[in-house]
Amino acid sequence: MDALLFMIFAAIAVICAINLVVQTHPISSALSLVGVMGALAALYLLLGGEFIAAAQLVVYAGAIMVLFVFVIMLLNAGSERKPVIKPRGKYLGAPLLLVFLGMMAYLIQRIMPASAPVVFGAFQGGTAKEIGRSLFTVYLLPFEVTSVLILIAILGAIVLARKEVD
Amino acid sequence: MNYYLLSLIKTAIVVGIFMHVLAYLQWIERKVIAHVQLRVGPRRVGPHGLLQPLADVIKLVTKEDILPSHVNKVFYFMAPFIAVTFALISISIIPFGPEITVGGVRTQMGLTDLNIGVLFILGISGLGVYGVALAGWASNNKYALMGGLRSSAQMISYELPMALALVAPLLILNTLSLREIANGQEGFYLGFIPKWSIFQMPFPQVFSFILFLIAGFAETNRVPFDLPEAENELVAGFHVEYASMKFASFFMAEYANMVTVSCVATLLFLGGWHPIFPEKYGSGLIPVVIFAASALLCFFHAANPARPFDRITLPVFGVLFLGAAGLFLLPPVQPILLPLFWFAAKVGIILFVFIWVRATLPRFRYDQLMRFAWTFMFPVALINLFITGLMVALFP
Repeated sequence: MDALLFMIFAAIAVICAINLVVQTHPISSALSLVGVMGALAALYLLLGGEFIAAAQLVVYAGAIMVLFVFVIMLLNAGSERKPVIKPRGKYLGAPLLLVFLGMMAYLIQRIMPASAPVVFGAFQGGTAKEIGRSLFTVYLLPFEVTSVLILIAILGAIVLARKEVD
Repeated sequence: MNYYLLSLIKTAIVVGIFMHVLAYLQWIERKVIAHVQLRVGPRRVGPHGLLQPLADVIKLVTKEDILPSHVNKVFYFMAPFIAVTFALISISIIPFGPEITVGGVRTQMGLTDLNIGVLFILGISGLGVYGVALAGWASNNKYALMGGLRSSAQMISYELPMALALVAPLLILNTLSLREIANGQEGFYLGFIPKWSIFQMPFPQVFSFILFLIAGFAETNRVPFDLPEAENELVAGFHVEYASMKFASFFMAEYANMVTVSCVATLLFLGGWHPIFPEKYGSGLIPVVIFAASALLCFFHAANPARPFDRITLPVFGVLFLGAAGLFLLPPVQPILLPLFWFAAKVGIILFVFIWVRATLPRFRYDQLMRFAWTFMFPVALINLFITGLMVALFP
């Protein structure tokens, strides 16, 4: 059951990702990205990272992508013109991509050390409590540094966006 | 009993009741607003207009489904689906009552319980924006686009204070599961003050409750924050190009969101299904008294009818109310009905506030709406959260 669900959501993620690149209209691409995020959230959930899954939904799919869609709608961006594909690329592209992916998969399999296979449901440290505890004990410094970084980014955005007052 | 069979039965019950609640909520809204404005509201279809929702559904289903020529077809069809799907999902994790035994089967009242329940609700309500935003964009109509834009900006802005207001009671209750949240509010201070979040020590969450309700009004696009569909500026906003069942989907999504927000507010702040005062002082008799009083009122008005038909319809309602009152006195069904009554009563009161506000308040202007979110609600929610955190740390 878990493996089946994994296959389904992995397939959705990959198909949405491909669709993201293939689509010419920005809104379609943005929505495909939402699909990828949603599928990723389901994958996190399968692996036991329930808090991460919820954060993925709330932050990425729910907030950031809404902002993306909002900006695209606000600018009323039209669809891109499809680039003219030369026949060489048209016929050689897909096979070459497959070969490349195959090579990558083979190399990764050879170089990476063999590890125990993932067992669905084995990981128990994904609850909100566990994550909060480790954020405020083990990873306290990186956590605080990241928050300062985000603060700097917000300030930078305000400075850049502010109209000059003469 | 078989787990799947049990889940199927529970799902059928919840979906059936939920759909009827959505349909009749609209009838109640029309009635309440009518009475606020000194009208009588719908009363042609069935006794006191009670069959009006059925008539509305038939009308909406049989209406011609117009497909405007200038729309982006894929997203135009997708938008109502997205809106209604994400509006209806949330009900699946709302618990309606404690664990009960029906015919020897022990089960939880409610479909399921997630240990990230609150986050799940936030995530799903965040995704609901896409329905409105896409509908506005795909309609290729400037009014609809304005509505969609307003809606996405509004929902992003109000999600922040909403989340911050939600976090404060969670600090006290120390869990994310909605069932445990409700259970954490069981009991009474000094024997009579309920331990609901809005009364709970060390810092009563009254401010969070008010902030949450205001943000909830904005999240569900209700008056005074209904700018996405502001009739006198944008015709009907994001759903101006929609007809028939597609329009009905948006309508249903709005009411479903209202019910969800009310349920979450009830669970987080008003103690879920726990009664307002202890059982030993007779809180179990409250529903009996209410239903018996309604029955008496019906009989009284039947005896002095304002309209000729009341002589026939009101005694029927009176008998029904009496039957309901009697049902609450039967010991075997009491453990099922009492929590359900308290839950429904609290949700109903919040829904009534939703309707009441719609009948009384004018609409915000758009810049007022944004300024209110960012310069008032956000800081207040932050301060409230800070004080709550401080109190929880000082008085564990």
